[in-house]
Amino acid sequence: MSGVMVSAKVNGDPVQFVCPADETLLDAIRDRMGLTGAKEGCGTGDCGACSITLDGTLVCSCLVLAVEADGRELGTVEGMADGEKLHPLQEKFIEHAALQCGICTPGFLVSAKALLEQNPSPTEEEIRYALAGNLCRCTGYDKIVRAVQAAAKEMAAGSR
Amino acid sequence: MRYAAPATSEEAARLLAEEAGTACILAGGTDLLVRMKMGMTEPDLIVDIKRIPDTQGISKTKDGFTLGAAAPGLQLGRDSALRQAWPGVVEAANLIGSDQIQGRATLAGNLCNASPAADSVPAMIAANAEANLVGPSGRRSIAVAEVVTGPGQTSLQKGELIESISLPARDKSGGDAYLRFIPRTEMDIAVVSAGVNLTLDGGVIKSARVVLGAVAPTAILVPEAADAIIGSKLDESALEKLAGAASAACNPIDDKRGTVEFRTKVAGVLARRAALIAFKRAGGKQ
Repeated sequence: MSGVMVSAKVNGDPVQFVCPADETLLDAIRDRMGLTGAKEGCGTGDCGACSITLDGTLVCSCLVLAVEADGRELGTVEGMADGEKLHPLQEKFIEHAALQCGICTPGFLVSAKALLEQNPSPTEEEIRYALAGNLCRCTGYDKIVRAVQAAAKEMAAGSR
Repeated sequence: MRYAAPATSEEAARLLAEEAGTACILAGGTDLLVRMKMGMTEPDLIVDIKRIPDTQGISKTKDGFTLGAAAPGLQLGRDSALRQAWPGVVEAANLIGSDQIQGRATLAGNLCNASPAADSVPAMIAANAEANLVGPSGRRSIAVAEVVTGPGQTSLQKGELIESISLPARDKSGGDAYLRFIPRTEMDIAVVSAGVNLTLDGGVIKSARVVLGAVAPTAILVPEAADAIIGSKLDESALEKLAGAASAACNPIDDKRGTVEFRTKVAGVLARRAALIAFKRAGGKQ
């Protein structure tokens, strides 16, 4: 199988790689770019553990072909922190213990960030709907919702 | 497997027509990549239509709206003019999957995937939507109702693709709605669904289209259900006749998500409720 050359940007940095045409973007991100934050939970778009942004839009990277990313901008959980300084969502996830095993956490963080960019002060119901594409089998979701609420509050205070 | 991302619909049609093996069209990919993962489809060629300018975005024309075949649900939901004109179609599209899925999944893909339970299809058929096709022998437009012929089957010829979907123009006298039954609050596949589109004249229903989903091999238009409410102000007796006609038109399967009896009953209930919402949206008063 011949490879296809793909040039994209991930978290602002240019990347180039060659991959088979049927490789998923998730596999390329993990195995070719070495960014292992995004996880394969189901591989069929049900669990959201592979959530990333593609040109700013939240997607399941398991449902995108790597070749589709040519010329596009990708955002992963690795791009959320500013150097050593964690994103407010990451800080609040730690403070609220919004994770146990951690497999779903990068997906939740990317989805929650996408939500707050669209809607900086969501209601609890809006948060639960927006995060419905991310499954967590440990926390029961409450702590995740509290962490997102706390981060939204802090980010709103910070931008004032 | 080979991948092509042509810049025109004609080039896409040529690639699809000339492929000797299995050729698949890639729009949002939320069904195709799942089928590939499951081993249900093994394409030799994937033709990605997202780099074709004519499949992009939503445009309002004097004849209504043109929705690009690559426009995802997220874009439909953010278009306030479209939402105002065809709220039922937009709601149906936006019910599909999570935000992640909405960022990719398209109406044209939902249609061509040809699931009997596809959410957007009853709403599009109720709205009299047309699919604008490009193929090796040129262009043609067909009613969305003519596209799906059975589970997983469409009437598209080899090499044909949907470039866009057209919705008619709308004035304030029209309203549409789509409802589905699922055992959860979201993230599920319709057990039964109903789309209703109607127009009013002097507060009385002048025209109506009632479409049911997930109760037959394809979404079904039920003219008897529409006839039951045309000429009425949606009084109780018209609603009862509507529900009865909707249930009578059902030919569902028994499966783990619902029995024949349940689907038949709920089809009437949903048709009735969707009609009430559509009527209110058209400015109707009971």
